[in-house]
Amino acid sequence: MTVQGTHPPYTKEDFVSGQDVRWCPGCGDYAILSVMQRTLAQFDTPPENHAFISGIGCSSRFPYYMKTYGFHTIHGRAPAIATGLKCVRPELTVWVITGDGDGLSIGGNHLIHAMRRNVDLKIILVNNRIYGLTKGQYSPTSEQGKITKSSPQGTIDYPINPLCIAIAAEATFIARTVDTDPRHMGQVLARAMQHKGVAFVEIFQNCIIFNKDTFLPIVGRETRDDRIIYLEDGKPLLFGAQKNKAIRLNGLRTEIVDIAGVKNPNELLIHRENDPLPNYAYLLTHMEYPEMPVPFGVFRCIQKPTYDQMLNDQVKTAIEKKGAGSLKDMIYTEDVWTVEAK
Amino acid sequence: MAVKHLEKELESVTIRFAGDSGDGMQLTGDQFTDTSALMGNDIATLPDFPAEIRAPQGTLPGVSSFQIQFSHNEIYTAGDAPDVLVVMNPAALKVNLNDLAKGGLLVLNIDSFTEKNLKKAGWKSNPLTDSTLKDYSLLQVPFSSLTKNALVDAKIKATEVDRCKNFFALGLMFWIYGRTPDHTIKWIRDKFGKKPEIAEANILAVEAGYNYGDITETIADRYVIKKADIQPGVYRKITGNEATAIGIIAAAQLAQKEVLYGSYPITPASNILHELSKRKNFRIKTFQAEDEIAACGAALGASFGGHIGVTATSGPGICLKSEMINLAVMAELPLVILNVQRGGPSTGLPTKTEQSDLLQALFGRNGDSPVAVIAASTPSNCFDYILEAIRIALKYMCPVFFLSDGYIANGSEPWKLPEIEKLPKINVIHPQTAEGPFLPYVRDEETLARPWAVPGTQGLQHRIGGIEKANRTGAVSYDAENHQKMTFLRREKIQRIANDIPDAEVLGEKKGGLLVLGWGGTYGSITAAVTELQKEGKKVSACHLHYINPFPKNLGSLLKNFETILIPELNTGQLILLIRGEFEGVHTVGLNKIKGQPFKIAEIKEKIKEELHDGTRYPSALY
Repeated sequence: MTVQGTHPPYTKEDFVSGQDVRWCPGCGDYAILSVMQRTLAQFDTPPENHAFISGIGCSSRFPYYMKTYGFHTIHGRAPAIATGLKCVRPELTVWVITGDGDGLSIGGNHLIHAMRRNVDLKIILVNNRIYGLTKGQYSPTSEQGKITKSSPQGTIDYPINPLCIAIAAEATFIARTVDTDPRHMGQVLARAMQHKGVAFVEIFQNCIIFNKDTFLPIVGRETRDDRIIYLEDGKPLLFGAQKNKAIRLNGLRTEIVDIAGVKNPNELLIHRENDPLPNYAYLLTHMEYPEMPVPFGVFRCIQKPTYDQMLNDQVKTAIEKKGAGSLKDMIYTEDVWTVEAK
Repeated sequence: MAVKHLEKELESVTIRFAGDSGDGMQLTGDQFTDTSALMGNDIATLPDFPAEIRAPQGTLPGVSSFQIQFSHNEIYTAGDAPDVLVVMNPAALKVNLNDLAKGGLLVLNIDSFTEKNLKKAGWKSNPLTDSTLKDYSLLQVPFSSLTKNALVDAKIKATEVDRCKNFFALGLMFWIYGRTPDHTIKWIRDKFGKKPEIAEANILAVEAGYNYGDITETIADRYVIKKADIQPGVYRKITGNEATAIGIIAAAQLAQKEVLYGSYPITPASNILHELSKRKNFRIKTFQAEDEIAACGAALGASFGGHIGVTATSGPGICLKSEMINLAVMAELPLVILNVQRGGPSTGLPTKTEQSDLLQALFGRNGDSPVAVIAASTPSNCFDYILEAIRIALKYMCPVFFLSDGYIANGSEPWKLPEIEKLPKINVIHPQTAEGPFLPYVRDEETLARPWAVPGTQGLQHRIGGIEKANRTGAVSYDAENHQKMTFLRREKIQRIANDIPDAEVLGEKKGGLLVLGWGGTYGSITAAVTELQKEGKKVSACHLHYINPFPKNLGSLLKNFETILIPELNTGQLILLIRGEFEGVHTVGLNKIKGQPFKIAEIKEKIKEELHDGTRYPSALY
């Protein structure tokens, strides 16, 4: 994963801005920040060639703590601003840091369009299923029936699944990881960084104040072996402490099978990141707790020309075809006439 | 056998072409305009069309019109009332007849005056046979059947034949007013190059119309309108939106920078997007966003990246962009926001003109949020003022509003072309190094602008955002004293632009009883009204503002030299509020029209006369 460079290798400190980090003690964002800083240090890209663009929310404070270029913008709009930046500075690695409220509620439209255009952005959606910064209202990913300050009788909203949105928008890289597994998170972030095209990463994050342990039934030490599938390209979707369970298709539905009872290994579903159709990845996103184990890792990774590249190519092509634009020719067209002095 | 026609010389003529939305009236008017411009007349145009692309055929809401004044003299507007009205159907007659000057020439396509069409247009009896048209000079021409006869051999469908009738009408008008059809014929060849049979049919129609003038005995006179007596120079015809697009590209070249133009389709601003997207060889990047917010966001992101971020819309779009504009205020990044104003509020009158977004530009955001506001006043000076907007945004690191409106955006006039070499360069400096830690909110002593360090520059990494910034360091700050200081610094920065803009000028005496103060697209009507009255010996002066925030430095003293300031606006009184708030003791009077149409010269003249106490009070036709 590490990229060899000619300069002395970067360290985590090269990416630490030195501003006091002000998240609640125990917040999952600390782990995400630390893993991000360590992951970027593995690459050849110097800190000044990274830009972190965020919206509003707890996680959107992220750019202040990175010793890179950063823009803490407004609620939900980070993908739009990042798109503009990437279009004019394609050589930069542009990150979008967003949350479940920022990215999926107020900014849902921008998120969808950044993904469907395949702008070469690395979008990190920190999902804690709650509004933290506004002190505990339900979010678009909150489970139905959740009791919060703004839903004392329980929410009546059906939740949205972030990865389903990413697939519907046909993002070219889609992954999921969790704040409590730094090793896995580091691998996923590195893959996202290396992907040419839009990379969408959902990180399950624990809001210790307003939604403590929301993902614990999935990611808790005691249960995670049975409730998480770590996706590996080209391999069956194994899980369980002994890796003794797998997934198979029954019509258009996924079902759990015990490997011991499987006579023909071809029955097992094999993970294919690069399937050009989104159908398979969509099935994976619908594997949800408690009915099914929850997939972690890279759901989808395909190649498609990026928006920023194509936009810059159009400029290049126009110049090749018409020549670099001349102000004089543009203003003095053939339809001019002259009024002579008397 | 040609008929002998008398040739009469006229100073200026105003023609209005009116027909169904599908009759090609905008195109007809455009062609007449192009030819008149090329023949050296001064021109001004007023296109007027419905928001619906195709309202039901033959109905009143479907009527589209195009008015042009062409003249031997310098003119400022497309004319108050047409001298000549060309109507393609009864609905167009119904909608436009009241505007035609008594004794004016009415040219009718009598083929379309069928019982069915008359009924659709709401005529209870046939105006051709009753006394409705007795005050006008009539020229009844069967455009449809003459076109059909002319195209009897054309290899196109019957429906396509009928669509050529506007070219027949155009050809006839060319003949009556002594214009050559050559330019239009060439244009048709270029436009329909891939469909030669359509091109030939349209050319035949133009020629047939032209020849009809020559042979018919129903037309007594032909007219000559000599070349205009205007400033020497090289000219071309231009609309406001075209001039704006060209100006954006020119500014980028003068600043040696590239532009990202973020836009979401909206009338009447979309033409600028169309113009720019054709010109990618000028290194301009156009981004058609998912919404107005993203259009503005992408422009701001581009500015953060060291490019010129420009976004354009009309009033309702500004509502959506206002949060992003405020971020630009806080982040102190250059951002140029174009508002081609239209009738509001809400969706309002999408294709009609108004000036009612001035206060929105100045104040339509949360917090104390100062931005610079500049307004163009004619189609051609959109070029000059978009250059200014971009220059100021880059120099002062701030958002700048450029206000235009539906009238000047779509209207056209001759543009005296600038000498490219004499256009002033725009100097932009991006810091490359810093001694010690880079401080993004340290300010230039003269302009108060902060440094524009571009991502990718080694050692200058910094973070900005919408939370209040500590002066100098740019760190997040909730400190009370700092917030007060930063609020005043942002204001002071905009105010200092006043040191960098020209003084306001007075047309006429610099002291006296009455000054007419205008801004934006009312320039033509105000200037024509005041000039005409001055020639009649009336004591009235005029001043037109292009810089509205900040005002020119001399404006206060200039206004105090007059007893009364008359402020005509296409809104309920917005500039007047600013003037009253800014300059104590100035006596102001408003003239306000909110009808989706520009001022008529006569309306302003009447009001001036009323204020001069020598006219009768103007009837309350206006608000």
